[in-house]
Amino acid sequence: MTLVQENPTGRLAAPSAPAQRKPRRRGIRWQRALAWVALAALVLLTLFPFYWMLRISLSDNRALAAGAGSLLPADLTFGAFRRVLGLATLEEARAQGGSGASIDFWRYLWNSVLTSSVITVGQVLFSAMAAYAFARLRWPGREAVFFAFLTALMIPPIFTALPNFVLMQRLGLLNTYAAIILPFFFMTPFAVFFLRQFFLGLSREIEEAAKIDGAGHVRIFFRIILPMSAAPLSTLALLVYITSWNEYFWPLLVGQEEDVRVLTVALGIFRSQTPQGSPDWAGLMAATLLAALPMIALFAAFGRRIVDSIQFSGLK
Amino acid sequence: MSVAVAPQQPSATERPAARLRAGRSRQDLVPALLFLLPAAFGFVTFYAWPALRTFYLSFTDYSLLAPPEWVGVQNYAEVLGDRRFWKSLTVTLEYVVINIGVQTVVALALAVLMHRLTKSTLIRGVLLLPYLVANVVVALVWYTMLDAQLGIVNSGLELVGLDPVAFFGETSTAIPTIALVNVWRHMGYTALLIFAGLQSIPSSVYEAAAIDGASEWRIFWRITMPLLRPVLVLVLVLTVIGSFQIFDTVAVTTKGGPIDSTRVIYYYIYEKAFQQFDFGYAAALCVVLFVILAGVALAQVKILRAGDSDLD
Repeated sequence: MTLVQENPTGRLAAPSAPAQRKPRRRGIRWQRALAWVALAALVLLTLFPFYWMLRISLSDNRALAAGAGSLLPADLTFGAFRRVLGLATLEEARAQGGSGASIDFWRYLWNSVLTSSVITVGQVLFSAMAAYAFARLRWPGREAVFFAFLTALMIPPIFTALPNFVLMQRLGLLNTYAAIILPFFFMTPFAVFFLRQFFLGLSREIEEAAKIDGAGHVRIFFRIILPMSAAPLSTLALLVYITSWNEYFWPLLVGQEEDVRVLTVALGIFRSQTPQGSPDWAGLMAATLLAALPMIALFAAFGRRIVDSIQFSGLK
Repeated sequence: MSVAVAPQQPSATERPAARLRAGRSRQDLVPALLFLLPAAFGFVTFYAWPALRTFYLSFTDYSLLAPPEWVGVQNYAEVLGDRRFWKSLTVTLEYVVINIGVQTVVALALAVLMHRLTKSTLIRGVLLLPYLVANVVVALVWYTMLDAQLGIVNSGLELVGLDPVAFFGETSTAIPTIALVNVWRHMGYTALLIFAGLQSIPSSVYEAAAIDGASEWRIFWRITMPLLRPVLVLVLVLTVIGSFQIFDTVAVTTKGGPIDSTRVIYYYIYEKAFQQFDFGYAAALCVVLFVILAGVALAQVKILRAGDSDLD
């Protein structure tokens, strides 16, 4: 362990007694260099498409064909962003090689923000309450009910989508925010499972002390359990927000209309609209980049937490 | 709050220790039900009841306009003779095999590289980035990059003297293309899952191997792989089940074409239900998909001996 920290290059030396490995040093150094090259190549492969999104979105559609081989934006312009954000007139947009297809970006952005936020608040709160009942309260049938919740993890989303669609239609909720939000608002099996695992590990002492002082379950839950779980709760909130933001299938079924259309659905529709024959590549990439940007920003802010949470859920 | 808890308070102050032990499960029942209420409502309304309902609908003829009409196993009989269903199943299998095959190898390599080289959170974060943007975004970026005329990939092929390929536009390349696009999205995430498993292998094992002068290659096959197996099984079960549910990428790029070559099972069900409104038949397809998924998961766990670890 100390060996790792003292290593001036900051790399993780293979945990071993250095003296034993002297004779094979050269071979190992060569292997490590090759390994670094492979890792760097994979990192580059991961990042390149993001750069390419930016490059195309800053290009002029008419210049793209000629500059197809160049790594820099073809005829640098912010025209695509202006089109997507509604800052350019239709004539301007057409002249710039835009398809003339409309994309009401601000509305779709608002729809995504609204639905994802409401889903996140509801799902985290209600899943936490359920997890509290499963982890901290003793009642007959607890294990059986929890097992039933867990089986829902095994069911592919399309399996429940058909009756859920019929339900929304019967309730007259098609093309409303409620339809997009409701199925994810009360719980997901993953959220309940994730929080239950954490609540199980909390020490009982503070809780018992509060109980002796006469605190009820509601107070214990809001004043003790939730504050002690701030880290996993915020991690879960992040994961739920990202998942809702990226959801495509369900909003595609119940929220195609302009008023409630979220960004993912809008992008899919924008891509198939080509009134002028050829797609508006620059506009498409500008819209795509703008749609991905909030997630990239969230990630830049909370990257470590998300990375750690993946390890947690992976280990169970 | 006070309603649910009030009866407990006198006894709690009188005999705390005794109260905690005796009769606890009854006392917690009412508050437990109240805490569970919203989630239970969501579970029953949007998971349990719809799941049972789909199962029921699979035995009916139902097109949303009239109430479902019981037809017995007719839908299932039709599924068996449906050439498009079998085609969609083979297309899905082709997708899963390419997607999981490549993804597992790349992710495993990535995880081992990270494990042996660096603990950098930055690198792990960067590798996770594609997983955090929507399937739709990923599909559109690669759709642009792989375009037959303007795509950068074809510019690259041209540079080395190869003919341009219409990746999404040809029956032979469309599914492998979609499979690889999704490898790109998931490889970092899968690598992180495997990486977490690697970190649970005690470093003493590696120290011992290094003292014995074992090569990295030998260490990988003799130590890492056997000890990693339980984690790999878990990762495989999760990723294979996810892989069978490929939809978003197909829906925004090829829409099942060219000539049925990318009509995966999920997309076929979507078309049957939400474009042709043949809900009974679509429900039967859902049940068939569920049975296949359950079978695949069970088979994986059995074949790969998920339960026992070599670490003892």
